[in-house]
Amino acid sequence: MTRATRRRIANLVARALVLALAAAAVIPLLMVLVYVIRQGLPTLLDLNFFTNIERPVGIPGGGEAQAIAGTLLIVGMASLAAIPVGVLGGIFLAESEGRVADQVRLAADVMVAAPSIAVGLFAYAAIVASTKSFTALSGSVALALLMLPIIARITEGSLRLVPHSLRESGVALGLPRWRVSLQLVLPAALPGVITGAFLAVARAAGETAPLLFTAFGNQRLTLNPLQPMDSLTLVVFRNALTPYPQLQNEAWAAALLLVIIVLVANLSTRFALRRQARLAARLA
Amino acid sequence: MSTGAPALARATSVRPPREAYGRILLLAGLVVPASLIAILALLIKGSALSIGTFGPGFVVAREWDPVHLHFGALTFIYGTFVSSIIGLLLALPIGIAVAVFLAEPGLGWLKGPIGIGVEMLAAIPSVVYGLWALFVMAPWVYLHISSPASERLGRFPVFAPDAQQASMLAGALVLTIMILPSLAAVSRDVIRAVPREMREASYALGTTWWETTWRIVLPAARAGIFGAVILAFGRAVGETIAVTMVIGNRPSITASVVQPAYTMASVIANEFTEATVPLHISSLIEIGLLLILITLALNLGALLLIRSVKRL
Repeated sequence: MTRATRRRIANLVARALVLALAAAAVIPLLMVLVYVIRQGLPTLLDLNFFTNIERPVGIPGGGEAQAIAGTLLIVGMASLAAIPVGVLGGIFLAESEGRVADQVRLAADVMVAAPSIAVGLFAYAAIVASTKSFTALSGSVALALLMLPIIARITEGSLRLVPHSLRESGVALGLPRWRVSLQLVLPAALPGVITGAFLAVARAAGETAPLLFTAFGNQRLTLNPLQPMDSLTLVVFRNALTPYPQLQNEAWAAALLLVIIVLVANLSTRFALRRQARLAARLA
Repeated sequence: MSTGAPALARATSVRPPREAYGRILLLAGLVVPASLIAILALLIKGSALSIGTFGPGFVVAREWDPVHLHFGALTFIYGTFVSSIIGLLLALPIGIAVAVFLAEPGLGWLKGPIGIGVEMLAAIPSVVYGLWALFVMAPWVYLHISSPASERLGRFPVFAPDAQQASMLAGALVLTIMILPSLAAVSRDVIRAVPREMREASYALGTTWWETTWRIVLPAARAGIFGAVILAFGRAVGETIAVTMVIGNRPSITASVVQPAYTMASVIANEFTEATVPLHISSLIEIGLLLILITLALNLGALLLIRSVKRL
């Protein structure tokens, strides 16, 4: 065998190996999807899952309505705080130069990686410890803090893609800065900004650790933000560790619902906006 | 009192005055660093009792006894680091392969599915991985890896019996899956940042694709890939729910990966709501403080490394 042939064979083997390993990366995704659909779909297709609250073991017809409402409410309250502040923070990052902006950017990048359970501990120490009760609101605070840096960085990224000439034309017309920024530049970057918010919401909906000692969980339906509240993720965690098939099935169904939420959010933004989605995926 | 001159100077100044809008933006921007500082400050305050009681010995003490109120974090630090390192070692070849595959030319029709697949992998919530790992992966690993390994290779401490479903290995494997996407995405970006001229110069010398990748591209991207590895490690260290569901939550330090272990994040998740004694609560918060300090340091180091590489 000549040296050239040997090199060509080594090249082919390496290519095949790289391809095989890269393909192997997708296997866990497929397996998770297959199992979550297989175990969760029957329960999810039962309308009781959406209309009834969790029932004790042995009593049929139970659902997880309290968790669906809880996830909507907890994540909704978090979004209400995190989206406006995050978007404004993103505009700040995109429009300012200098040390302060650099440090805010670094803080945001670092905070994206902060363990969510530590943020949960913070919300506990800041709110639960002084109000002496677990509340949905404290869970929302923890989630909002996790969403904030993601939204700010993705907003900044999308704003920076807007051509500079648009901003200049606004300034040339004598528009005040807030009008240039909010009525000219932001609308142009809106698809990217919405993508970022969407992904942050999806990520928040999938968080469990920060809710363990803030929203805490609740097998009854409540819409009061000052009460302990359930979430889909808490249901998965709680029911998975019980020995009862009825509750385990509800855990699978809740997991399937969560997967549907995050995959729809990710796929829709991906196809709407490839470029920003890539930035988002890196941050999320 | 006012002479009018400063007002005139202000009116004609080239610098625009700081209007309300600018202040609002600054305020919104400062929320992020302010919350980071607040998180650290409150966690330090919360762990003051534990720090005062145990001092620096907290991190090297192995005992964790809520009944007699002796707390040390070593068991959990060990569990966190060992599970993260195993997870990282397993994820590394796959992550680099994905990155090389996505960044290099050829096989375009496969890039879409694998690229989307890896991004989706990043999107699935931790608790869903935990559920799947608990019911599907951990039993499989026990049956096909842990149990045979401890039967045949049990004389090696790494596989020392008794093998159990919930184990260090199961925790490490679920971490492998969870850190893979970020490892692949960041590595892909730094590999793409390697100047095209370097590849072309190499091909011009008659090298094959593999020789160029292995001897030119990967060495050039080395620092950035190292950054990606640290980033992924930080993520593994902070991961909570999925690991908690499969690692067994037994506070013991053993070399055997087929036996249960316990991590820093898991002990907080499991014990915090049940802790009633202030010292117990404070010790758990100190573990949380250590956790966030470790991950922030790792992440900061990785970011600076990746930034310096991308600037090339």
